[in-house]
Amino acid sequence: MKIAIPLALTALLAALAWAGTEYLGLQVLFGIVIPYAAVACFVVGFVFRLVRWGKSAVPFRIPTTCGQQKSLPWIKQNKIENPSSFAGVVGRMLLEVLVFRSLFRNTKTEKRGDRLGVGSAKWLWLGALVFHWSFLLVIVRHLRFFVDPVPGFLAGLDGADAFLQVGLPLLYITDFTIVAALTFLFVRRVVVPRVRYLSLPNDFFPLFLIIGIVLVGVAMRYVFRIDLVGVKEMTMGLVTLHPVVVDGVGAIFYVHLFLASALIAYFPFSKLMHAGGIVLSPTRNAANDSRMVRHVNPWNPDVKVHTYAEYEEEYKDKMAKAGLPLDAE
Amino acid sequence: MYKGKRIVAFAVVFCAVVLMPFWANAFGASASSGPEVSTDTPAINQMDEKQCVAQTEYMKSSHMQMLDQWRTDVVRNGSREYTSDSGQVYEKSLDGTCLGCHSNKEEFCDACHDYAGVDLYCWDCHDGSAS
Repeated sequence: MKIAIPLALTALLAALAWAGTEYLGLQVLFGIVIPYAAVACFVVGFVFRLVRWGKSAVPFRIPTTCGQQKSLPWIKQNKIENPSSFAGVVGRMLLEVLVFRSLFRNTKTEKRGDRLGVGSAKWLWLGALVFHWSFLLVIVRHLRFFVDPVPGFLAGLDGADAFLQVGLPLLYITDFTIVAALTFLFVRRVVVPRVRYLSLPNDFFPLFLIIGIVLVGVAMRYVFRIDLVGVKEMTMGLVTLHPVVVDGVGAIFYVHLFLASALIAYFPFSKLMHAGGIVLSPTRNAANDSRMVRHVNPWNPDVKVHTYAEYEEEYKDKMAKAGLPLDAE
Repeated sequence: MYKGKRIVAFAVVFCAVVLMPFWANAFGASASSGPEVSTDTPAINQMDEKQCVAQTEYMKSSHMQMLDQWRTDVVRNGSREYTSDSGQVYEKSLDGTCLGCHSNKEEFCDACHDYAGVDLYCWDCHDGSAS
C-alpha cells in the first residue's frame, strides 16, 4: 500500500492533466494558472519553512566531527573534517553539498559466517550523486525555454550533453543517467528489505513524481514529438508575465508541466526540503571551536547565581567556629 | 532568529536563483512573439500547390527524425527515393530536396533553431546552400 497509493496518486495527476487538456480544453488552467500558483507556493513555502526552522532553539554548538580536532601545535588537525575556522566550514560544506561527503561514509553491516562484518557501501552515494547532478543539469538545460535569445553557455551545455550524437533528436547523456539513477534509487527501496521497511509513502511520492516528469519528458523528446516552438512561446509568455496558450501543443506537454508544478508545489511540505538545510544544519556548518570561544546561549535568562565567595562571606563566622578552612584567610 | 542573518541571506539568494527566469526577462526585450519563419523563396512561390514532403504539423515537430531516417537510408542502404503520402516521389536529399525549395536557411531553419536554442550538426558537413 505504501507504494501503491503514491503511484496511483502520480498516475491520477498525470491523467488529470491529460484529460483536462485533451478533452475538457482547460489549457489556461494547466498551462497558466497552475504553474504560477505552483511557483508562488514553492517560493513562499520554501522561505516560510526556512524562517520557521530558523526560529527553533539551538542552545549549543553541536558540530559532528570526523577527524582530529585543533589541539597542540605538533598534532596535525584535520581542517576539513573537524574545522575550527570559517574557511574550514566552507570547505566542509562544499564537500557536503557538491559531492555528498557524509553519504560517502555510508557503511553496511552484515553477518559473514558467524562474524559481524562492517564494510563500505558506496552504491547509495553513487546513485544519489548521479541523480542530483543529472537533475541539476537537466534543469539548467531547461533554461533555454525561459530566455530569448539563448545565451552561449546554455547552447554550449546543450551541445556538451548531447555530444555523443546518438539518434535524432540527439540523446542527452543526462537523460540516460537520470533514468538510470532513478531506477536504481527506486529498485533499492523495493528490493532491500530494511530500506523497504523504512520507506514511507512520502518517500515514494516524490520519487514517482520525478520519475513521471522524467519519463514524460523523455517520451516527449524522443517519441511523441511536440511543437517545440509553440512550447517556448508559452514558457516565454509565463516568464515575461504575458501568458499565452498556443493551440496545438500536445497534451503530453501539459502532463509534463503539471507534474513539474505538482513537484515544486509539494516541495516545501516534503522531505525535499533537505535542500534548504544548508544553513540550518548546525552539526555540519558550525566550526568546532567550543574550546576556543565561549558560546553563550543567546536566549539564556539572567540566572541569579550565588558564588562560593558570597557563600563564604555569608557563613564565615559559623565556618570558623566549626574549624573549616576559609579561602579568604 | 538564531543566525538570522545567514538564513535571510540564504533565502534571498534562493529567491534570486529560483526566480531567475523572471528577472532575467524583466529588464530585457519585451515579450517575444516567436520566430518569423519565412517560406518566401523563388522555388516555393513558383509552386501551384504549396506542399512539403509531409504534413506541416509533422514537419514542424519531427522533421529531424525524417532527416535522420533519410540519412540512414541513403548512406547505409543506398535508397534514395522517398514516396510521400500524396504519392509524389522525392529524392532523399537535404541539399537537393529540402534546401531546393527552402533556399533561405537563415529565415527558415535558423529562425526556429536559434529561438529554441537547438544545437544541430547538419551544417558541420552541409554548407546550407542548395546543390
